[in-house]
This record gives sequence, structure tokens and C-alpha cells, in this order.
Amino acid sequence: MFETLNTSGPGLLDEIRRMEREMNQLFGGSPWPNSIRAVARGSYPPINIGSTPEQVDVYLFAAGLNPETLDISIQQNLLTVAGERKLQVEAGADYYRKERYEGGFRRVVTLPEDVDPEQVEAAYRDGVLHVTIKRRESTRPRQIEIK
Amino acid sequence: MTETRDVSKQEAGSAQDLKQQEQQAILPAVDIFENESGITVQADMPGVSKDRLDVHIDSDTLSIEGRAVIPMPEGMDALHADIRSTHYQRSFSLSRELDTDRIEAGLKDGVLTLRIPKREEHRPRRIEVQTG
Repeated sequence: MFETLNTSGPGLLDEIRRMEREMNQLFGGSPWPNSIRAVARGSYPPINIGSTPEQVDVYLFAAGLNPETLDISIQQNLLTVAGERKLQVEAGADYYRKERYEGGFRRVVTLPEDVDPEQVEAAYRDGVLHVTIKRRESTRPRQIEIK
Repeated sequence: MTETRDVSKQEAGSAQDLKQQEQQAILPAVDIFENESGITVQADMPGVSKDRLDVHIDSDTLSIEGRAVIPMPEGMDALHADIRSTHYQRSFSLSRELDTDRIEAGLKDGVLTLRIPKREEHRPRRIEVQTG
């Protein structure tokens, strides 16, 4: 009785782990290494980060927010965006689906080392919060002329 | 007769779908609720402006589609991307008592709100109980 459990058990588990690994390779893995502050996929709001030699652009896909309630701060190269999303709830209505996120959120993004915390701009348009952080002048690649 | 028409419609639809599936569509998160006057659908579609939103009804299917436009500097490299597509798409089948001719749509800060009223004759009526 115990023997069968012992022999078949780990074998089955190994099989499941192997499948898990394969599934992860197929669907899960992001091509970039995960930041230590990264949150689980599907967390609100989703974030995209892009970079150019001049600046770093952070996009938060946060529809239906009052931009005045957003708290955006930067310390060195750590950008924090916190806020609360309140949804209008219709009293006396029957809800069939409630998929939209409601409640507080806080996301911390590690930016490249050379960003200038003095040069940050934020805009909220069509439900996307766009934060632009300029890189420091001195670290930008410079073309050197040959005399 | 009606059946064949339906099939051809479906085929046309799937050909279109193929074109759009080059970029996998995002299923927008929705809230749906009903009260006495009708059904309200609210969908999160951040980045979609009014001119890039398409709400249409084909027989009894309501489709919501939108394209997000995000200001991006030239030559940008992605460091991280939770959102990998700019295309939102979701469909719902409607029932007969809903008046599809009088749907109202509004878009604010990336939230689409659709009000689908019930036909007058389908609104609940309180039935008085006669006593005496």
C-alpha cells in the first residue's frame, strides 16, 4: 500500500512539474528579467516602460481615475504611483459581471540609474497615465567630432 | 434561407477576425448590471479615444472594439510591458427585450459606458393586488 504510494507519487509529481515548466516556457516567461518589485501579472494597473537615450517613459493603463487623487513621487530612480479607484455603484441594480478593479493601488517602478528626478512630467489622457523622466544630460551618448 | 445568410455572415466575420488577430486582442474588463430601465455595460479601455472606438450591433451581437493610441518617442525600446497589444475587443449576445436602436454610448477617461434600454413593453410593471 505505502510502497505503491511512494513509487507512483513522486513520478506523478515530476510529471506535473515537467508540464508546469513546459507551460511556463510556452506562455509564462517574459523575455526580460523580473524586477524585485514586480507584481503578479494582471495587477492593477498594468504598466509599460519604454526607454530612449533621452528619457524613460512609464505608462499606467488606469482607466476611469480622477488624476487629482493620484500620488506620484520619485526618489532617486524609484518611481511610486499610488491612488484609489472608486467605481460608481448603481444602487438597486443586479450585477452580472464585476471585473473592473476597485480599491487602492500602489506600484513602485525601478527606473534606470541615470534618470534625473528633477525632470519628471506626468499627463493623464484617455485613461492612460504617462510619466516621462528625462535622463541626466551627462550620461546621454554624445557624438564626438574628429578635428 | 435565413440560415444560409447567417453562415455567409459568419465567414465574412472570421476573415476579418484573422486580419485582426495578427495582434492578439485584449479582452477589456467589464461591469454589467441591470435595473428596471435597461442594462448598463462599463468597459475599461485605457488609451482608446472616441474616434478609435467602434461599437456595433450585428443581429443580436453587441461588439465593442477599440484601438489604443499611446504617445511614444521615436526609437523607444521596451523595458517592461504588461500590455502587449493596442487592440481591445469583446462581444456579447443580446436578448430580444433590449432595444438596440436606442443604445447610448459614452467614453470618458478610457471607460466606455453603454446604456441598453429595455423595450417599453418589457419594463416590469407593478401589478396591483385588488382587495375587497
